[in-house]
Amino acid sequence: MITRKQWTTISEFLIETTIRICGISAIIFVFGIFFFVFREGAGFLFSKWEPLKFFFSTEWYPTSVSNKRYGILAIIAGTASVTVIAMTIAVPFGLGAAIFISEFCTGKLKEFLKILIEFLAAIPSVVWGFIGLMVMNPLIIDLFRVPIGLTALNGGIILSLMAIPIIVSISEDALKAVPDSYREAAIALGITKWQMVYRVLMPAAKNGLLAAVLLGVGRAVGETMAVLLATGHAVQIPGSPLDSVRTLTATIAAELGEAPVGSDHYQVLFVIGIFLFTITFVINLTAYLIVKGIRVQHGES
Amino acid sequence: MFEETPHIRQKLRVETTAKSLFLLMTVFIIIPLVLIVTYMIYKASPVLSLDFLLSKPIRGMRDGGIWPAFLGTLYLVLMSLCIAAPVGVMAAIYLNEYAKDNWLTRTVNLAVINLAGVPSIVHALFGLGAFVIFAGIGRSILAAALTLAVMTLPVIITSTKESLAAVPMSFREACWNVGATRWQTIRGIVLPNSVSGMLTGFILEVSRAAGETAPIMFTGAVFYKAIQEGDLFAYGLLDQCMALSMHLFTISTQVPDVPEALPYATAVVLLSTVLAVNALSIGLRVYIRSRKKW
Repeated sequence: MITRKQWTTISEFLIETTIRICGISAIIFVFGIFFFVFREGAGFLFSKWEPLKFFFSTEWYPTSVSNKRYGILAIIAGTASVTVIAMTIAVPFGLGAAIFISEFCTGKLKEFLKILIEFLAAIPSVVWGFIGLMVMNPLIIDLFRVPIGLTALNGGIILSLMAIPIIVSISEDALKAVPDSYREAAIALGITKWQMVYRVLMPAAKNGLLAAVLLGVGRAVGETMAVLLATGHAVQIPGSPLDSVRTLTATIAAELGEAPVGSDHYQVLFVIGIFLFTITFVINLTAYLIVKGIRVQHGES
Repeated sequence: MFEETPHIRQKLRVETTAKSLFLLMTVFIIIPLVLIVTYMIYKASPVLSLDFLLSKPIRGMRDGGIWPAFLGTLYLVLMSLCIAAPVGVMAAIYLNEYAKDNWLTRTVNLAVINLAGVPSIVHALFGLGAFVIFAGIGRSILAAALTLAVMTLPVIITSTKESLAAVPMSFREACWNVGATRWQTIRGIVLPNSVSGMLTGFILEVSRAAGETAPIMFTGAVFYKAIQEGDLFAYGLLDQCMALSMHLFTISTQVPDVPEALPYATAVVLLSTVLAVNALSIGLRVYIRSRKKW
């Protein structure tokens, strides 16, 4: 017979074990993602993969009958171009809004703006893509007198609006983490708010702001549906923001459905997936280390 | 009184300029949100009605409503929540109540951040490789919901962890002092005091999962599936289903000659669902903060 006390001990043990397993589930899933994406792409990666051709050729002809070529340089250029455009817009506006919300307004207005930014972050990516396709497309055609408005510029603007909420909320956290004694000391010296932001807060929070920008970049690189709909899907190295481009994410999304399971084409798409996973992993790791560095600096455990 | 020197005047001018510049930047972020939503509602107004929501697409998706897609999204979201919520809550309990500050905890935290940063299309590849092919579930609601659950796990872990951390340490100490075990303390004291905070996390997960397209595209969502109108149990666990986000993608790119109002109306339904759920979560958060007892 199990006594009540023993029963408590056993059930406690079982529950704690479950909690511990679930506790490390995040690690299991990150490894799982890498493992299963790698597993599907491994066949190609180990037998036919030529890194030089893969990374430095612009010829992406995965369905050619006579000579299939898998070069992703133009696609990398597409991802890079929309990311650069997005960051050119999102970094100044995101930081500006974060400074305004964190330092220049208080009370109700602050809450209201933060909620609006949260709403902006909640808009689904396919809706952003739809906006790029139906609203921005005709707008760009009219403004720049180009034949087609589904361009790197279109995708970049959409991506910037998607990256801004992340940049705003993380920069705001970084500014909030600067001890108030810094602000008090600065105000006691008789300087204006702007001088305080520029000379005291920005240097003190620069690591956190950098992390915010990095996470914004991560979001822009990894975004799929919005760029799939808004960038025009042409494999080429863009000469100007008004050229159509195609990104790594959009390539996978558009072609995975058509590639027969197990074919070279299918496996190459998984190799691109591994590449994307690696890029975002490095970006997130860097941002994490930067933020952790700040904690050590400020003396928190 | 202090006299305004040219230097101070200059300083104040710069101050005003800087402040208005930052205000302007903030306004420039907000304006697109308002403009776009208004424009979309305006464009969708011809077909937007309850009937649109409750009837199925007809004439090759060029007419009719979105019921199968709406129901599919509901299924996917609720199932992914049922999978992600227990795992996420237990993970958060581990991180907040059990974990010491060691390399394992730091690795878990890093993994949570990374899981949140993995591109949605890579989650799709994972779902296809792991659930559809390796586990042999096939393209189905179950596989898609599992993929969504993995993807939204960080949302639940982060928000639950925050609400657990908000329970004062003295509560736990009091409970331990009367002889309760760790788990008894968590079940009797910590969880009841943080349940509303966890709820905001669940709602946020719903809003995230409802909007996602890429992860379900190759794991269980299909372009078209005929189901009975008004039948709430039309999909089985291993069926494929339609989804709102996927439907919006389909009718705005894959189907020619769709009347303009249809995709707009679908987008408005998707957007308002997501924003309404989000507003619920924010409202709950504000309510909790206003009622905080300690």
